[in-house]
Amino acid sequence: MSTIAIHDTHHDHHDHGHHKETFLTKYIFSQDHKMIAKQFLITGIIMAVIAMGLSILFRIQLAWPDKSFPFLETFLGKWAEGGRIKPDFYLALVTIHGTIMVFFVLTAGLSGTFSNLLIPLQVGARDMASPFLNMLSYWFFFMACVIMMGSFFVQTGPASAGWTVYPPLSALPKAVTGSGFGMTLWLISMVLFVASSLMGGINYVSTILNMRTKGMDLWKMPLPIWAFFLTAILGILSFPVLVAGVVLLVFDRSFGTSFYLSDIVFGTQILPNEGGSPILWQHLFWFLGHPEVYIVIMPALGISSEVISVNARKPIFGYHAMVYSLIGITVLSFIVWGHHMFVTGMNPLLGGVFMITTLIIAVPSAVKTFNYLATLWRGNIRFTPAMLFAIGLVSFFISGGLTGIFLGNASLDINLHDTYFVVAHFHLVMGSAAIFGMLAGVYHWYPKMFGRMMNAKLGYLHFWLTFISAYLVFFPLHFLGLDGVPRRYYVFTEFEFMRKWLTVNTFVTWAAILGALAQVAFLWNFFYSIFKGKRAPQNPWEANTLEWTTPVEHLHGNWPGEIPTVYRWPYDYSKPGHDEDFIPQTIPFSQTMSSNLPHDFEGNEEAERIQREWDAQNPPAEQRTPQH
Amino acid sequence: MSLIKVIGNKKTVVLTALSTAFASASVFAQEAAVSATTTANTPEAKVDMDAVYKSVIFYSLIFLSFCLFVAIVGRAIKVYELTREVQGKPAAINWNKVNASLFALFLLIGLYGVYWEYTVHGSMLLPDASSEHGRKIDEMFNLTLIITTIVFIATHIALFAFAYFYKHSAKRKAYFYPHNNTIEKIWTIAPALVLTVLVLMGFLTWRSIFYKTEDPNNKALQVEVISEQFAWQIRYPGADGIVGDRNYKLTTGANVLGIDFKDKRSRDDQMADELWLPVNKPVKVILGSKDVIHSFYLPHFRVQLNTVPGMRTYFEFTPTATTQQMREKLNDPSFEYVLLCSKICGQGHYNMQKRVRVVTEEEYAEWIKQQPQWLNDDLRKAFNLPVSATPAAAPAAAADTTAQDSMKVNPQAPTI
Ligand code: HEM
Ligand SMILES: [Cu+2]
Ligand SMILES: [Cu+2]
Repeated sequence: MSTIAIHDTHHDHHDHGHHKETFLTKYIFSQDHKMIAKQFLITGIIMAVIAMGLSILFRIQLAWPDKSFPFLETFLGKWAEGGRIKPDFYLALVTIHGTIMVFFVLTAGLSGTFSNLLIPLQVGARDMASPFLNMLSYWFFFMACVIMMGSFFVQTGPASAGWTVYPPLSALPKAVTGSGFGMTLWLISMVLFVASSLMGGINYVSTILNMRTKGMDLWKMPLPIWAFFLTAILGILSFPVLVAGVVLLVFDRSFGTSFYLSDIVFGTQILPNEGGSPILWQHLFWFLGHPEVYIVIMPALGISSEVISVNARKPIFGYHAMVYSLIGITVLSFIVWGHHMFVTGMNPLLGGVFMITTLIIAVPSAVKTFNYLATLWRGNIRFTPAMLFAIGLVSFFISGGLTGIFLGNASLDINLHDTYFVVAHFHLVMGSAAIFGMLAGVYHWYPKMFGRMMNAKLGYLHFWLTFISAYLVFFPLHFLGLDGVPRRYYVFTEFEFMRKWLTVNTFVTWAAILGALAQVAFLWNFFYSIFKGKRAPQNPWEANTLEWTTPVEHLHGNWPGEIPTVYRWPYDYSKPGHDEDFIPQTIPFSQTMSSNLPHDFEGNEEAERIQREWDAQNPPAEQRTPQH
Repeated sequence: MSLIKVIGNKKTVVLTALSTAFASASVFAQEAAVSATTTANTPEAKVDMDAVYKSVIFYSLIFLSFCLFVAIVGRAIKVYELTREVQGKPAAINWNKVNASLFALFLLIGLYGVYWEYTVHGSMLLPDASSEHGRKIDEMFNLTLIITTIVFIATHIALFAFAYFYKHSAKRKAYFYPHNNTIEKIWTIAPALVLTVLVLMGFLTWRSIFYKTEDPNNKALQVEVISEQFAWQIRYPGADGIVGDRNYKLTTGANVLGIDFKDKRSRDDQMADELWLPVNKPVKVILGSKDVIHSFYLPHFRVQLNTVPGMRTYFEFTPTATTQQMREKLNDPSFEYVLLCSKICGQGHYNMQKRVRVVTEEEYAEWIKQQPQWLNDDLRKAFNLPVSATPAAAPAAAADTTAQDSMKVNPQAPTI
């Protein structure tokens, strides 16, 4: 490890490597992907805590609609006059909760963190293709967060037309107070957010395509990288459509156009807009919106593939099938958006088509699930906190995916659309599964991010409380939906048939509070361990991938000296004939003669011949000696 | 490392600062607003803040003592483990075993929980569909439920059982099993086949719902339902059986739906406070919206369709049980069918209801006769139609309403 080597290799990649790093360039306007990843993560965690707080507020309203909670007034002022949340503020709460969770936590917080951290480290690059763009990506995201939160300080309150902000509701301040300045802030925030995602996505794709180290061909990439790659492509192709939609909405709101508006009358006041269609927004929104849900889940699936394989000490079952199913999901997710619109009154023929494509997308999802199960089968499972969360993800993915089969069936969706059944569906498959994937990633790569370990026992506590409370919260909600209870209802007391669910609501709220408090275990563990955690060893989980060959102390450029060369796929765990239960990607086959399989050489005849000769000289026996 | 500490500390400080700033600033912003708008209202006076703070402190203390408890247990475990290590004994607690057992336990309790949910909450659901197509939907639902439940249970048993049985042991090595094409093909094709069946059935059902061939002997009753924030307006077709044209530009205080009475078919249209439907007769609901999108949702009939401003949408269905029959069947004398809004539409979204009644054909015929017409004398004037022969009282009443509405009516006149 000579210092000269560091500078040598640095030189061609980073001219600025020689500049003196100040506090500002190292921690704030950092261009180092590892630091940017941490920025994304911590911002994401803060936003998650905020959004979780909002959800507790509206859960309180649902559980005790008749009670007054004076502390709410202390916090919220006129939005909770007399200690009770007002109907329009209730809508603002669900809207901002959804927006933050979907976009800021599960898109930026998840992809932003792990794509940034892992892409260069796992493909063997010194940094992202464009570190500067990467930095901008974070700061755009940060501004988007600030502006979104800023809408709480607007007199008319934050956007409150639901996270899908359907016009005309979102276009007309007259329709709901949140569609005043709060909605303008929502739109600005979204544009910044999309810009951030695009800068990130372009960087991820170009880094993966161009900057892989020697030997790292596509089929040797770890599954998280495949997932991040396809996710980035999805984002690049679909986010611009959202921006287009948003810009048109801005025009409608502020410049008197009629893209989404027509034939509107408030009481007797006739609006001048003519010729637009509110359905257009839904098409534009869901053209992004559906890929978006896969933008959320695919990185989580990629992360859990890695975590499950490492901790089951087994190769991921069906690596190729896993990749192909990700590709399948990527392609299909562009042609299913109409399943969110079965009952908008769009041409029923389209409904039929979208039903077919939607149910096809369940096939690759099923394949992935079965492959996870097969990976666990006859494994040697270490239950690290990351592994617990990855197993939790599989469970939620199954539960939520299965309810997707009900919703994807247009006929059944007639009665389920916009009910609590949908709420239950996407909170399991997205709210729970994707969050669990993210948490698995945090526990697994924390040593890489901070050079320290998190406390495993607190991790267990965190997992079990969260896992149990998530099911307690979301499982019963299916039944509300099956009873025809619509979502986004401020109280259930106005309809006779809903009253029977009030006790369930109270129960669900208690479970949600339990789940929220359980996060304290995580937050404490996370922030405390940054300073006081046990120092991380080089390769704490005995994993094969490249990131564990970098020094524990971060350095700009990742590897001192040469970037290691890759010789094999990342999943040689418990390979028969090898003395240890893992073989890092950097170990050449010449050092593992005792465990090589014919398949490993991919038809390289010379290598196969050498192996055959070696096998002939070393008959299979116990006297095999360790190679290194 | 030390710098990282600094930044970390900064972040936590910023975090707390932000959250306090958030709470106080939002209250400030609003206090200004409140004092500007409502002068009489002084909310502070109403609540006894002492009790509030006490209860908040009380709950926080409970939570903090729980955290303390966790911390103490954590320490105790750590000390215990360290002493075992110093004494050279094997690890005290095998956490792999603990977690594996918890998964097994979770599976058992979870299976019971699912059973409990299916039986207890499962019996609180909507009654069987009260419409023809709804029965088909229910059948499909049940089939899908059976299939998914089997998969749900089976995969979860596999997942948690594997977690339990294949927990880590230093003596064992995992089974190197990277792939098996046959198995993978099977579990690609099997779900594909099952889904094909579901898609086909779903598709046929969907088609039968939305592509109806009209039976000339049993023509559907037309009813128009128009949504606005936060109410439903109902229009029956009158004697001609056809709901006439609407034009939103004609909307006035007297003509809230903007019905175009130039169209002869509109003139006999009737209004109603409730949605009454004759049993076993197809009804074609024509949907529209005045302001934002709402959703016309009749859960008991498995009917839902959005109402979209600027767009006419249709849903045709046949009710199969009268309200009375349902009351008897469910043994619930207060049972009512309801119409609700299921698309977020503003602050009154949660309470946008109408009663729906399914009655016998005779009851319906009797009821519809009593429903008033949309077209009244004011509107006749506004549309230059001959005022009906109803004597005396009408002109007087008309006089003052027209006075009040003339502002709104007249500017519209040119656009007709
Ligand atoms: C088996 C695969 C899946 C199928 C067949 C499926 C199907 C559907 C359908 C048909 C809807 C529309 C329901 C309605 O509004 O009436 C829906 C809603 C939703 N799904 Fe899925 N889904 C699947 C997986 C996922 C995944 C993996 C995610 C996210 C990670 C997801 C997230 C969502 C969200 C967020 C919504 C609700 C959007 C809203 O209206 O607010 N789904 N799903
Ligand atoms: Cu979707
Ligand atoms: Cu509504």
